[in-house]
Amino acid sequence: MLGLTKKDLQLMLIVTGLTMLAPFILNPFPESSGMAQFNAGYPDLMQRFVIFGIFAIGFNLLFGLTGYLSFGHAAFLGVGSYGAIWMMKLVSLNVIPAIFMGVIVAGIFSVAVGYICLRRSGIYFSILTLAIAQMSYALAYSVLTPITGGETGLQIKSTDRPLLSNLAEGETGRANLFGMDMRQSFELSIGDWLFTFNVGYYIAAVVMLIAFYVSIRIFRSPFGLMLRAIKSNQTRMSYTGLNPRPHTLAAFVISGMYAGLAGGLLVAMDTQVGPERMFWTASGEVVLMTILGGVGTLIGPVLGAGVIKYMENILSKINKDVLHEWFAFMPDGLEDFIVFLVYPFIGKGWHLTLGILFMLVVIFLPGGLVEGGQRIGKWIKNRRKAKDTGASTEPAE
Amino acid sequence: MGILEVKDVGKRFGGLQALGDVNLSVKENTVHAIIGPNGAGKSTLLNCLVGKLIPDTGSVMFDGQSVLGRTPHEINQMGISRVFQTPEIFGDLTVMENMMIPCFAKRDGAFRMRAVEDMMREKDIVEKAEAMLEDMNMADKHHMNAASMSRGDKRRLEIGMCLAQEPRLLLLDEPTAGMARADTNNTIDLLKQISDERDITIAIIEHDMHVVFSLAQRITVLAQGTPLVEDDPENIKGHPKVREAYLGETAA
Repeated sequence: MLGLTKKDLQLMLIVTGLTMLAPFILNPFPESSGMAQFNAGYPDLMQRFVIFGIFAIGFNLLFGLTGYLSFGHAAFLGVGSYGAIWMMKLVSLNVIPAIFMGVIVAGIFSVAVGYICLRRSGIYFSILTLAIAQMSYALAYSVLTPITGGETGLQIKSTDRPLLSNLAEGETGRANLFGMDMRQSFELSIGDWLFTFNVGYYIAAVVMLIAFYVSIRIFRSPFGLMLRAIKSNQTRMSYTGLNPRPHTLAAFVISGMYAGLAGGLLVAMDTQVGPERMFWTASGEVVLMTILGGVGTLIGPVLGAGVIKYMENILSKINKDVLHEWFAFMPDGLEDFIVFLVYPFIGKGWHLTLGILFMLVVIFLPGGLVEGGQRIGKWIKNRRKAKDTGASTEPAE
Repeated sequence: MGILEVKDVGKRFGGLQALGDVNLSVKENTVHAIIGPNGAGKSTLLNCLVGKLIPDTGSVMFDGQSVLGRTPHEINQMGISRVFQTPEIFGDLTVMENMMIPCFAKRDGAFRMRAVEDMMREKDIVEKAEAMLEDMNMADKHHMNAASMSRGDKRRLEIGMCLAQEPRLLLLDEPTAGMARADTNNTIDLLKQISDERDITIAIIEHDMHVVFSLAQRITVLAQGTPLVEDDPENIKGHPKVREAYLGETAA
């Protein structure tokens, strides 16, 4: 079905199920319980999960398949965001043209960047992309202030009058999809649980499913095979009559367009952009997501994006008071000591936890979280097998 | 006129004249060996033929067209395939995928964006790759990771990948270097079979005289960047100039 093999179709269905049921899955704890702060099922965070999932899927198409490590991918995300917000400010508040604009602008920008950077490979390629991304950031921050809004960035203001809208005088436009406000939510409360179904999230989730599907198709296509060939052996590639340059450029542009799509969606959700979106730490983050989840795997980047965004938003919210509450059952001296030990890893220290997790994954699971999952799967299978054979020998005893 | 005509080719690296006025003519559908002591310029000559190096002087014509100034992939698409001294294969991919890539290159050219099709559903490519693996006696290694194979298998895979492109000229750079005797003999048999069964010209650079004299129909001896002799194998063996180049004057 859908031109996928059985295994890929299974994966696609699992991802579809998870994204569609995310409001339930991410809110496992009752509202009044102490664990409620670990609930991630609120619209803002769920949107970020899927949008950064798209960003990482696109990054993985370049890094996972061709092995070219771009260290400036946030530039495409930012450029896509600026394109999208101008579309909203000037033409229409509907998110579809805005998202399209984001993809197109990022695509054009990545053709230019790719043309320059792909003259080199390896570390030089990474440095070139990093340099261009930092230049873009600097431009957006200062020189191009008339277009980018400089340090404060761009928002939709009450003075903006998009061409295709009928706003009342002084009314601030809101992003919508054919009249449906992105921020509109439907809340369902069952017992002590509260589940939020947000329009913006579901739109982003559908876009991510399409992006994920396209990425599966690219992985399994002749083009995907050529990209893996480039990663494996460029010499043999050239001496097999294949020109690596247009292949890598095409992969780079597709990847840049994914980033633009993510940027456009970010704007569609919160209708604002700032230059910090292009800062090099943002480029580094997508590299971390992809490696953490599993480079070159289909689902890995999405997992990685989820884990990092979860930690960024949930772990960072835990503060000293919460810790004292948790360890209140301990004797006073011990309580203080434990809080003292744990404190550096939470709140603003969440980066420390991320760093440790990242090191552990890279050292023990070079294939990322996906490899971890595969190992657990194998272990369970082997155990079951051992049990079966054990059971069958029993009667003989 | 041969299929490959090398005229007055010279190449200099700084103060070293690696090649000086090399003339070579390889006739169609023959096996032509290029031999010579270390540093004779054999590999430099080969690199000039495939576009890795550009000679300073002279011309290289393949089938009436100049190859000079073209990139390796363009020269390959003209019909020249190269086998490397250490097998160059796609180590991260499976044997089958390795074989499919040259089939795609033959059918679709240097670049064609086919990002939506499923590669395993390209019937003609899959069939051709499977047939070629069968020819190379590797059908059972289909799903193996190419890097995990033995040296001899890698070599056979590489030769098979080159043949899948149906080249008119196959260049081999010391194909049996570092191989055990049995593997060497297998490679000789394979090359003999290829040359007998296919419409193909083979040019081979080789150190191992056993390989050279079991395969070659014509031999060129290079020494210090210039060709000493070009003749049939039986005349080469006892040629005084060749003995001199290989063994030094006193021994001759």
